[in-house]
Amino acid sequence: MCLAIPVRVEVIQSPDMALVDIGGVRKSINIALVPDVVVGDYVILHVGYALNKIDPQEAQRTLQLFAEVDEVSRQQRLENNP
Amino acid sequence: MKYVDEYRDGALARDIAGRIREEVLPQKQYHFMEFCGGHTHAIFRYGIPDLLPDNLKMIHGPGCPVCVLPISRLDAAIELAVSHDVILCSYGDMLRVPGSRKRSLLKVKAEGADVRMVYSCMDALRIAAENPQREVVFFAIGFETTTPPTALVIRQARAQGLKNFSVYCNHLLTPAAISNILESPEVRDLGILPLDGFVGPAHVSTVIGSQPYHYFAEEYQKPVVIAGFEPLDMLQAILMLVRQVNQGRAEVENEFSRAVTFQGNLRARAVVADTFELRRSFEWRGLGEVPYSALRIKQEFAEFDAEKRFTVEYRSARENKACECGAILRGVKSPRDCSLFADPCTPENPLGSCMVSSEGACAAYYSYGRYRERTFATDRSHGATVKESAI
Repeated sequence: MCLAIPVRVEVIQSPDMALVDIGGVRKSINIALVPDVVVGDYVILHVGYALNKIDPQEAQRTLQLFAEVDEVSRQQRLENNP
Repeated sequence: MKYVDEYRDGALARDIAGRIREEVLPQKQYHFMEFCGGHTHAIFRYGIPDLLPDNLKMIHGPGCPVCVLPISRLDAAIELAVSHDVILCSYGDMLRVPGSRKRSLLKVKAEGADVRMVYSCMDALRIAAENPQREVVFFAIGFETTTPPTALVIRQARAQGLKNFSVYCNHLLTPAAISNILESPEVRDLGILPLDGFVGPAHVSTVIGSQPYHYFAEEYQKPVVIAGFEPLDMLQAILMLVRQVNQGRAEVENEFSRAVTFQGNLRARAVVADTFELRRSFEWRGLGEVPYSALRIKQEFAEFDAEKRFTVEYRSARENKACECGAILRGVKSPRDCSLFADPCTPENPLGSCMVSSEGACAAYYSYGRYRERTFATDRSHGATVKESAI
């Protein structure tokens, strides 16, 4: 029910509406809750409304966390099978 | 899709799961509750239980608005569509939920009531503008994620001077429900498993921020990790919870920092605060009455409040006696403990609320988990094996 998807803002149509790209599908959504959104931003879309912007740097940092786990596992495999 | 695919890497998932197995203390039992139905669905869909060690159990919480809406509130919505001749606009999630006497919004629609499925509450507003001679009611359900849009349409209806639009408000609050799970006497009487930590909902937190969780991390000494809905997000959150438990910490950590801040979306919170107020108490299916856990429309917007506009009788409804949804929502029982599970209660023919929504624990378990732990090779009664031996 509270699921939402990350979508890219393509065109700002009015102060309240924007055209977004949803994995290849274009749709008009309401952006009244994220007034400072600009073209190229990714927003979290839920029931036709943008709830928040996605912070690309934070997203990168989370992926970095996964990569660290990956590195630890790789090291361990090397130690176990020299 | 960007921000989705990179969080679904199978090899990385196995690595993170490997770390979890490495780091759990073998003599300790870990019970973590994922509050949100979206997480429940993700856990089963991606087969996460199979990746976790045996002494780490995920408990599926009551964070599914479809599952916890009491039958009497659904009956009232059905009543509005049938007896008051309104155009009832509802999110698709509610259409198939069985109310009293097995009636559902979909069934009464087939019998001629004007029930319309909408993707967004904006559509309900448009339908009201297009049908000025008809009363249009929007059946509003959902947690903090879905509430700001409802607040915006109420304000928009006022700005447009619409006289035929109202909202039947059933919006719920996440922190209140989590507190209730931790402390309410009813839940204590009904029994609940000891919990060691919570996976906090991602999208709800984009609105309310990570701030509200600090209270019960401190008050109840339970770690909370806010997590996204992709499999790597889930696994990373579980790893972070394991580390907190092992180190004796009870903090709020944010794994979904790409969209969740400490304060959340201040604009969304303000529009909700200006439009809604707390209900003193609200009934949750499976939890009973939960104080200050839901919202109602402020007096200032009374003309848009369907509960003030229409007189609907609330009759207390009887649940199917054998249905274990209540205990399952509190994490006390698993879907397999229910005698109705899989026969006759299925997603196609749901008897209880946890089977109706794909986010309910029973539906998720039915769709993705019901064959786990069954070994086909040794199951002589299985059709496939019988056929093979006949050849």
